[in-house]
Amino acid sequence: MEVDIACVGFGPAMGGFLTTLSRKLLNDDGTPAIESASMPGMPLQVICYERADDIGFGVSGVVTRARGIRATFPQLDPTQIPMAAPVSSEKLVYLLDPTGASRRSLALRASDRFLKTFRRVLPVKHDALELPFTPAFLHKKDGLVLSIGQFNQWVGSQLISSGTVQIWPGMPVSEALIENKRVLGVRLLDQGVDKSGNPEAGFTPGMDIHAALTVVGDGPVGAVSRDIDRRVGLPEGNDVREWAVGMKFVIELRPDVNLQPGTVLHTFGFPEPEMFGFFYVHPGNVASVGIFVPSWFDCPTRTAYRYLQHYIQHPYLWRYLAGGKLRSWGAKSLQESGRRGEPFLAGDGYARIGESSGSTNVLTGSGVDEAWTTGTLLAEGVLELLQAGKPFTRENLAQAYEQRRRSSWLEKESRVAEKSRDGFQSGVVTGLIGMAVAAFSNGRLSLGGHPDKPTERLASLAEFYRGKFTQHEITAIQQDCAVHGTSAHDPLMDLCGWPAIQFDGTLLVSHQDVLLMGGKVQAAGGYADHVVFRDLELCRGCGNKLCVEMCSGQAITRSLEGVPIFDREKCVFCGACMWNCPETVNGETNLQFRAGVGGLHSAEN
Amino acid sequence: MSTPFQVVVCASVVPDPLQTLEPITGPTGPALKNEMMLPAILDPWAAHALYEGANLVKKVAGSSLWLVSMAPKAKLQQVMMTVAQKVPLQLVAVDGPSSGFADAQQTATALAAAIRNISGIDLSKVLLFGGWESASRSAGVTLQLVGEELGMVDQFQGVDAITPKDDGSFEVLERIEGTRHQVSLCAGAPAVLGWATGSLGEPQNNPQVGMANMRTIMPALQKAVAAKITSDGLQYSNVATPKQQRETRIVKDVPANEIANEIVQWIQQE
Repeated sequence: MEVDIACVGFGPAMGGFLTTLSRKLLNDDGTPAIESASMPGMPLQVICYERADDIGFGVSGVVTRARGIRATFPQLDPTQIPMAAPVSSEKLVYLLDPTGASRRSLALRASDRFLKTFRRVLPVKHDALELPFTPAFLHKKDGLVLSIGQFNQWVGSQLISSGTVQIWPGMPVSEALIENKRVLGVRLLDQGVDKSGNPEAGFTPGMDIHAALTVVGDGPVGAVSRDIDRRVGLPEGNDVREWAVGMKFVIELRPDVNLQPGTVLHTFGFPEPEMFGFFYVHPGNVASVGIFVPSWFDCPTRTAYRYLQHYIQHPYLWRYLAGGKLRSWGAKSLQESGRRGEPFLAGDGYARIGESSGSTNVLTGSGVDEAWTTGTLLAEGVLELLQAGKPFTRENLAQAYEQRRRSSWLEKESRVAEKSRDGFQSGVVTGLIGMAVAAFSNGRLSLGGHPDKPTERLASLAEFYRGKFTQHEITAIQQDCAVHGTSAHDPLMDLCGWPAIQFDGTLLVSHQDVLLMGGKVQAAGGYADHVVFRDLELCRGCGNKLCVEMCSGQAITRSLEGVPIFDREKCVFCGACMWNCPETVNGETNLQFRAGVGGLHSAEN
Repeated sequence: MSTPFQVVVCASVVPDPLQTLEPITGPTGPALKNEMMLPAILDPWAAHALYEGANLVKKVAGSSLWLVSMAPKAKLQQVMMTVAQKVPLQLVAVDGPSSGFADAQQTATALAAAIRNISGIDLSKVLLFGGWESASRSAGVTLQLVGEELGMVDQFQGVDAITPKDDGSFEVLERIEGTRHQVSLCAGAPAVLGWATGSLGEPQNNPQVGMANMRTIMPALQKAVAAKITSDGLQYSNVATPKQQRETRIVKDVPANEIANEIVQWIQQE
């Protein structure tokens, strides 16, 4: 099939691209402003293929300064977007450890002891210290609290109504069509196959969509982005090494909780010092609450869900959340390498936008508005080229898009953020100081060195738990987990003193229950498994099986044979398994994370 | 050669399965909390009707397929992003409620009016398809009422198959007790068929079908007529979601009988 512009993924970046583009595709009299080259006589054919079953199924926090979004919608009225609210108050809160199980450095333990000792004179309440300020680089004053699902739905609805672009959910893109580093379009995913990808009755090979321009905005773990990176390469010296999993609940608060919509809390210190957290209040007495589990949290059984449940039970937050009702749950990976993880932003026939183009700013802790802005900048460049009748070559796109991006606030702020998190490679306290140093020196100074790959820094289980468990005990736990198909992090955390989660069936629920009650996770048949283990012997030899521990949906489990088992119907496409796989085959991770269908079916994240 | 049919499928939208539904009282009566926020799908039984209708149209040359749908326009637009990829169709959009609390008679009147207004429609050739009940309130009467308003006296419910004959007649299988089907032979259109699941799986997403459909779907949505639905004469004495209790356990290598016994004991608990 031939189109003019094929778009991969619908999130904030593509929302920004299509909104800016679509506004210029019609003349005032409603006639097409730009004729299609792929279908002469027709308007420009702009088709967006989105993997998820609905454009509202995205996951993010979100609190954003919304500068790019407001530039696109100058009259933006948050009341028109469900769950949106202007930021009304903002605090930075250090959470002490009420359980005694959190792994803290000597420096942090000393400071905690100090705070607890002098809690009568210091503003320490509910095991937390509210800092008297929010650093300028972090604040979201004049910003918005959003649900990304509802925002995407709102944007998508306007786009579809315009009639100038088409968005097709439930249509995963398998790969880019590339010839001599020129992108010719995309190939959609095969349908009517079994879990191994073998054709069954009703087999339909994925259609090739040829396009003069392919816009790739498929997120941090998108199959097409990674396919292009693999085949075209990254700029010299660039590499994606820093990741995190963000996991959140959307919680309906008790009626007596009177937090104003737009209340924003940024937290750090608990459940583990490496984990930043957030609490944002939406209209209707609903809150988004979540944590980030970063790749520099060196625990070889690192995980997210259990920690999230401990996070929400911290006394500082639990006073608001106890008695609440779980409405939604979701998880995603964040690509936190920023500029250092930037791919080639454009090439012959393609351009990259959004998180997979390195737009997330880890200093300010924001990505949605940055992604949106990359999309608008590309659209401006594309319109310039279309109106001039110029082809989408690397040189033309470099001038029309890349130069725009390099001279924008996006670039300026990404340079400040570039090395701001390097200090965390040496420890949490160093990392926090490093962020401040980078911020106040506008990125000229930083602490720490170039990050290691996420799995290079990990110790073995025996090393990490030295002094707590013997290798024999650890082996016994792993064998028991293999027999029962469970993760090792639960028994290990239990033995480390983390209290058992008392399930109440309403807010505190099992990991399996949260898939259905919260994420409404589903997957249609007729597609191949999208998580594939290339070399099973490597899996058998892998001691940590971090893919199992980090899996946000418990979709990957242990087996007695030592080979992980993948259940597609539980996968939420967070991609954590991919960046936590320590083994490689021909330069790629042994765990292959491909395009697939299904996942979250909640539009409230 | 078979006589061409004009297949008109009535289908509304319902929340995507597993969504949390909560009835509330709005200004006009019961409503679903945050209904516009919930992702939606085409009503499942009616979706089967649509796929069966498309299949019939493909088999009988000269036949046409319309999808007549009453739902909030923005919701319908969003559902079309998925449905339009499935089968070629012509959309007739009616802007109205889809929560399941609308009066079935008023809904039927609005749908019947929309059908009468379809350009080129010949009611004598119409096969009116739909779900034998909706997933919203499952009253199971709306399609029958539409048929009655259009003067269609041959009505079938719980349909799983239709087989057209060359003389314009067709055979219908309707579900009856004991997992059996009643076989009926109908002389021809017009007729009403309220579908159960039929025998076809959900069609695959087809980008070419989607692009072709979009040319007519957007104009149809823009022309959507507002339905006159009021709460006059309708009173709900009580609205509640079914009671549910949940417990999830993961087990391995446990015999199916043992699992079944445990589930039975759990169900029998108070």
